Amino acid sequence: MKNTMAIIFAYKNDEQLKALTQLRTVSSLPVAGRYRVIDFTLSNLVNSGITKVGMITRSNYQSLMDHVGSGKEWELSRKRDGLYMLPPFSQQDSVGLNSRGRVEALINALTFIRKSTSEYIILHDSDSIFNTTYDDMMNYHQEKGADITVMYQHGDFAPEANEETCYFQFDEDGRVIDVAIDPTTGRENRSIGVVIMKKTLLESLIHDCASHNLVSFRRDILQRRVNDLKIYGYRYDGYISSINTIASYFRANMDALDPQVREELFYKDSKIATKIRDEVPTIYRGSSQVKNSLIADGCVIEGTVENSIIFRGVHIRKGAVVQNSIIMQDSEIQAGSQLNYVITDKDVVIRENRKLYGFELFPMVLSKGSVV
Amino acid sequence: MRNKKKTIAMLLAGGQGSRLGVLTADVAKPAIPFAGKYRIIDFPLSNSINSGIDTVGVLTQYRPLELNAYIGNGQAWDLDRNDGGVSILPPYMTGKEGEWYKGTANAIYQNINFVDRYDPEYVVVLSGDHIYKMDYSEMVRYHQEKGAACTIAVRNVPLEEASRFGILNTKEDNEIYEFEEKPKHPKSTKASMGVYVFTWSKMRECLIRDEQNPDSENDFGKNIIPMMIDNGDKLYAYEFDSYWKDVGTIESLWEANMEILSGEAGIELSDPDWRIYSRNPNEPPHYVADNAIIKNSMITEGARIYGDVENSIIFYGAYVGPGATVRNAVIMPDARIEAGAVVDYAIVGQESVIGAGAKVGLPMNECKKGDIAVIGNELKVSAGAVVAPGEMLAENK
Repeated sequence: MKNTMAIIFAYKNDEQLKALTQLRTVSSLPVAGRYRVIDFTLSNLVNSGITKVGMITRSNYQSLMDHVGSGKEWELSRKRDGLYMLPPFSQQDSVGLNSRGRVEALINALTFIRKSTSEYIILHDSDSIFNTTYDDMMNYHQEKGADITVMYQHGDFAPEANEETCYFQFDEDGRVIDVAIDPTTGRENRSIGVVIMKKTLLESLIHDCASHNLVSFRRDILQRRVNDLKIYGYRYDGYISSINTIASYFRANMDALDPQVREELFYKDSKIATKIRDEVPTIYRGSSQVKNSLIADGCVIEGTVENSIIFRGVHIRKGAVVQNSIIMQDSEIQAGSQLNYVITDKDVVIRENRKLYGFELFPMVLSKGSVV
Repeated sequence: MRNKKKTIAMLLAGGQGSRLGVLTADVAKPAIPFAGKYRIIDFPLSNSINSGIDTVGVLTQYRPLELNAYIGNGQAWDLDRNDGGVSILPPYMTGKEGEWYKGTANAIYQNINFVDRYDPEYVVVLSGDHIYKMDYSEMVRYHQEKGAACTIAVRNVPLEEASRFGILNTKEDNEIYEFEEKPKHPKSTKASMGVYVFTWSKMRECLIRDEQNPDSENDFGKNIIPMMIDNGDKLYAYEFDSYWKDVGTIESLWEANMEILSGEAGIELSDPDWRIYSRNPNEPPHYVADNAIIKNSMITEGARIYGDVENSIIFYGAYVGPGATVRNAVIMPDARIEAGAVVDYAIVGQESVIGAGAKVGLPMNECKKGDIAVIGNELKVSAGAVVAPGEMLAENK
């Protein structure tokens, strides 16, 4: 896919995830022990052979910038093309930045898009964990002679509050005949937030929206133009987990304990790259007891860990019991503490003999740097 | 025009390491995996950058592919520089002829042009087969203070072991008056660590002179040092008493791994002031299954543990199947220990597969000290096969 560039919308900052996204965007949420959500987005694009990626940010993007840096971990630090950060212009009013649509974001990125010589463009949200490449989707797009191709997953999706997700209906040929946002029925074909089209088409659509003061990609392009543009759906059947609530964040992490999911996410030929941190191997002492857990490098395990995800540099002291929990980078769980269904953000300290219990659908979240 | 550098390092990484047998059949000794995610060469490279030396020439000769690939552009050690950084220096052709590096001194002799580009005052000569943390800048300062032509790092060894080493006999102020290679009756316990600081102008002169002597083996210990002593140059011993381990044999390699694990080595790999850097593999966190038991071990990212692991070091990407037992063992990257296999007092090479129910080695109390079973790289031990303690496997079994 040499003639394709990509734009990532990396600014999502979900109200539902507030406890974890106060200081970061969804795309920079830590997941699966050593990754961030953006790692999956970037790796999928790079593994598809895309070498020009623009990343649109709006607010709270410090942790994202810190993580992606020059893009070298994804081979995107290049002389030609590579990674371009597209932060907001400062004159813009900061009120309601996150509720403004993708189209407005794209208007700001138009110069960048126009300058590229790529023929195609991929628009990519960054709130899902999956490992794929887009070559087959591109072939499908070209075979169908589509104007726009959207990626979707098929299933039976229960309604969720404030989810803002597109659901599609197709004709026999796979062409989209209806686009619904948060419908109560017809929730089978859910958008994954990956869209392919010709770059020139995108440019003209954006100009058109700009001159009519339209801001939403979904409402003002997909929904409004469903009859006059040939929009096709490309079905993705692999593993995917979208993160929009604390419960779905928790689930996405726990999914990584499933050997099949892990195989698909991490042991395929197309690897997920992430920022490296020079860590030592994890040390297990004689008193450790670990079951069904993912543990990153740099940890010291002296206590009990079950069904949990332990990020880099965590210390689980003797007699501590951590079950069904997510312990982020550099946290310390001191002796005799018990945690069940707890998510600790980075640098959290749980002092001796504390007992913290959450619930599967409502895990307890401790914000960055808390000391309990 | 290059910037002048005060000190550069030359790392001798061309040795075959034949005493490591099957482990160095296809890789050079400095590229041997160590302590879960490192390679031996990470130690001198990290020491160099941590000592403020940002220009390192790595002299390679034997099976350099994996070593070259590992070093890459030196980014892992912060040695990807516009000026200096890491350079790999293999032997090369000159005019119609070319020759292999005949000895340690000859390797540097053949790269005089490389050193001259940086016009250094001092050259630190290192080797790629020791595990230690050392601040070379302290040693250079000592060398400077003494106004020496050459300073050799030494450590005190027990007198009964001294005849295995190159021994330096010194005056009270540590000035060296004699060098003896493996003396039968050692007069001193100061053993050379193979770490040298030379004043470049002096060294350059000696290398050229040594090269003109057809009888010379072109070796630092055997030829250059004695020549400098005879010449009346000032040579000093620099005493170093922290952990230092020559990992030139199977037993010492195994021991060094275990000493890192137990903490006995006192080498804190993650020390923010003196971190040992390595090329980080791109792997997910390691997975520990329901029935796994892990005691006193080091496990690295990408590993998958379903069985029992005790007093062992499991490298990245390795797999320990259900019901398998790994005890007192070093399991190198991407090796697989299949279900029910038992690996005890052993080293399993990269990407090798120990078949289901196979037995490699015996518990330490049931065999002789040093009888470590070794499986070479990329080998298969078929299901139910037995590899005896002390056996060194070079082909599939």
